[in-house]
Amino acid sequence: MNILADLFLTFAKIGCFTFGGGYAMIALIENACVEEKKWITHDDMMNITVIAESTPGPIAINCATFVGYRQSGFAGALAATVGIVLPSFLIIFGISRFLDHFLEIAWIARAFHGIKIAVGILIIDAGMKMLKKMKKKTFPELIAGCAFLMVLASEIFSVHVSVIVLLTAAALIGIMRMTAGGVMK
Amino acid sequence: MILLELFWGFLKVGAFAFGGAYAAIPLIRDIVLSYGWLGEDALAYMIAVSESTPGPIMVNLATYVGSSQAGLAGSLIATAAVVLPSFIIILLITAAMKNFIKNRYVQAALSGLKPCVIGIILATGLCMVIRNCLPGSVINVKNTLITVILCLMYFGSRYVQKKNISPIILIVISAVIGIIAG
Repeated sequence: MNILADLFLTFAKIGCFTFGGGYAMIALIENACVEEKKWITHDDMMNITVIAESTPGPIAINCATFVGYRQSGFAGALAATVGIVLPSFLIIFGISRFLDHFLEIAWIARAFHGIKIAVGILIIDAGMKMLKKMKKKTFPELIAGCAFLMVLASEIFSVHVSVIVLLTAAALIGIMRMTAGGVMK
Repeated sequence: MILLELFWGFLKVGAFAFGGAYAAIPLIRDIVLSYGWLGEDALAYMIAVSESTPGPIMVNLATYVGSSQAGLAGSLIATAAVVLPSFIIILLITAAMKNFIKNRYVQAALSGLKPCVIGIILATGLCMVIRNCLPGSVINVKNTLITVILCLMYFGSRYVQKKNISPIILIVISAVIGIIAG
């Protein structure tokens, strides 16, 4: 198959199933682009996840643009990005035109109740895969542990901890550690 | 000129929406309300719809607001505007990726960012599972059962058959279980 068509169709398929925000998508994109198509490596996936988190915009879009560009430059980036946006565009456009009471339809509400549970599992799966690939050293383990506990604590005590603050702090700590002469890698 | 307003408003959303959909909601709220595109109630409803349909929340909102303000043209323009900033930023970074990644300051920042992202993702997933199974600190038997069944299918298939159920299949199964379990 033509690579542009392949990119478009692969991301359109992912776009149909990207429920529950960005993190659940990571499992889908990893499954399609790393394991099946072998378009990018695990390392690439980790890098793009971090870059996506540190730049504005939805992770899904960022990943699609990245993978598309890697495969066939600007045209590829465009094909993949349009592919991932199109399904939700059509669905929302349809809802806005024809379905005023979308969430009140009983079987749809029930289906999403089930999907919400799957999304949590997929996010944990994505996180665990990354954890397995992480270097088993004190510094990354410490940072990952702190971030984990802070997000968990913010949920339990209903205090808002901004992800942006956590990421900025982690980046600064990394840079400070280097300038302070810490061992790189 | 409504199309221009839509383009400019959602370009701002796309350019400043850091930290994922939930962090972006206050920004989206601000812009959508200040232009008078949606009222509070309509916005809350739309966020709920966005959460229950595939696709990033801010893209869904852009499509919806665009369509409600100016039909197909409006939804196309608003959606393109919200996607454009991240598209361009990632394009630039990817084009410069090899050198960008090699830079020692970038490397140092990444050495902190990577484990941080892993921690955030794991905690987010865990919080979601907890919220489903223990809403308000009371155990929800049905949700817990569904969680266990889905976990057994998803992780079990990986270790027993050495073959993954794809995430898409898991989502489809979960929707079917949701409909049946009601």
